[in-house]
Amino acid sequence: MDVTVTPTPVGPMAAPPVSERAQARRETLRVLVRRPAFIIGNIVVYGWILTAVLGERITPYDPFNDFFIGHAPPSPEHWMGTDRLGRDVLSRVMVGSRDVLIVAPLAAMLGVIAGTLLGLVMGFYRGAIDDVLSRIIEAFLALPVVLVALLTLVVLGSSPLVVVFVVGTLFTPIVARTVRAAVLSERQLDYVTAARLRGESGPFILSREIFPNVLGPTVVEMTVRFGYAIFTVATLSFLGVGLQPPSPDWGLTVSEEYTNMISGVWWPTLFPALAIASTVVAVNLIADTLQSVLSE
Amino acid sequence: MARFISRRLLLSLITLWLLTTIVFIIANVLPNDVGRTILGPFAPQETVDALNERLGTDRPIIVRYVDTILGVVTLDFGESYVTGQAVLPQLAAAIGRSAKLAGLALLITIPLAITAGLYAARRRDRPADRGIVLLGVTSSSIPEFVTGTILVVVVGVQLRLLPVLATPPPNADIPTQIRYLLMPATAMAIVYFGYIARMTRAGTIEVLQSDYTRTAMMKGLTTGQTMRRHVLRNALIPTVAVIAVQIGYLFGGIIAVEKIFNYNGMGQTMLFAAQRKDIPMLTAGAIVIGVVYMVATLAADMVMAWMNPRIRLDVER
Repeated sequence: MDVTVTPTPVGPMAAPPVSERAQARRETLRVLVRRPAFIIGNIVVYGWILTAVLGERITPYDPFNDFFIGHAPPSPEHWMGTDRLGRDVLSRVMVGSRDVLIVAPLAAMLGVIAGTLLGLVMGFYRGAIDDVLSRIIEAFLALPVVLVALLTLVVLGSSPLVVVFVVGTLFTPIVARTVRAAVLSERQLDYVTAARLRGESGPFILSREIFPNVLGPTVVEMTVRFGYAIFTVATLSFLGVGLQPPSPDWGLTVSEEYTNMISGVWWPTLFPALAIASTVVAVNLIADTLQSVLSE
Repeated sequence: MARFISRRLLLSLITLWLLTTIVFIIANVLPNDVGRTILGPFAPQETVDALNERLGTDRPIIVRYVDTILGVVTLDFGESYVTGQAVLPQLAAAIGRSAKLAGLALLITIPLAITAGLYAARRRDRPADRGIVLLGVTSSSIPEFVTGTILVVVVGVQLRLLPVLATPPPNADIPTQIRYLLMPATAMAIVYFGYIARMTRAGTIEVLQSDYTRTAMMKGLTTGQTMRRHVLRNALIPTVAVIAVQIGYLFGGIIAVEKIFNYNGMGQTMLFAAQRKDIPMLTAGAIVIGVVYMVATLAADMVMAWMNPRIRLDVER
């Protein structure tokens, strides 16, 4: 699937003036909506957002307060069976994205904003600050995110806000390294030299000249981090230090039910697990398409 | 080469010091009272004071910091708050078991992923390549515990092909051990397949476009000869780097996998420590895993420098 970007024909003189940047953005969007992976990814993500928002209005049963026979297998009444307390698994899966789809984007945003600021400063000013921060980032990268998050959440106690803070903080060095690399290659280009010769100040060059040009990698990093945030938060919830009961969160549900798999009760575990898989794959399809389109 | 190695070792020591500091800050500075954090808000103050005295957390922060650094140097990571025994022997046994699991996962994933990456690169933009890239994105984005769950349901419960718990009976021979570890190892292998395959593909595509590959082809070498003599060595350099990074991250994903398959390795040890708020054990575990990661990346750097002289000469310059 080779997407050849045909240059938009130059319009007649009377056409309204469109800034080049807006035009480029529209062009990118046009290429994106032709990629099936991008479309499918968006449909899945928005689908889960929709079921989470509509919630009890569209679920077949009350996901929290309707109790039937426990661990009933899938049937026409309960398409995905019931869980250990007799609640409808389908209804709970439908609202299961509620917490993770709030916590994960916030964590990703925190990580990307802090990481971008750090990366911009490190890449542009170089020198001693860059050396020191680079070594600290190196040390952070030596520690698996899930393990450090586990330690931190044990120390601080778990709440959605702490999870956002911890995951966001642990993503910061990873983002900073990516943005720093992008800035390093930009700062050697002529337009930066030109701005310097014009006598522009460092902060001006950084924010008005370099930042718009590293926006592409930053947007990609945002989507990639969003995917990893769902991955990480789901894992932490499964380990018991992420989202807490009575949240219908998928990862938490898997951790509450997985021991019953061995005795043949697989439905309360498998369906939330598949829901997690569909969401992370969807987000990563979006991220991957964005990356390939923006790097063309 | 000697200068390259010594420089790289020095940087590793700095990283080790910094990562110990990070873990120390999380475990000792974030909570203002370690004993209270462990015992919870309802424990009587005398019990908390006694625990702080036993753990040494009643001393000033600077003293504790120096103590932690000295502990890393002398391989003394203190005592578990739960068992009262030295942390390191327990961790060492657990790491050994986890290394078996992680090793099997890497053995499964590395050959498959490198083959897939090379194959995709040579068929760039054709359906086979797109399929492999899509498979890579999918496999690397699904958490290990989700893949593990699906495997247990399908392979263990429905098909009854493999045991659903990973711990083999005592004194099991090696084939039996592998049988028990196969499912958890596969759950981990799937995540790493994506990273390694994509990195191999990217590295190979870059080398295939290079002038020296074109020269090799034009001077009449067969495709096989070009691949063996010119492409592979350079194409696999980024792959070596990513494998080393994954060895460290393997120990992050292993926590969830060991929980699902009830395997008594490093991950399970960390999780039990977390549930009992055994902060000394968690601290030691994090540092030890950081060291494993550093040794892996150090080894990778050596291999990369050996594969490409430009890397080692660049540092020496």
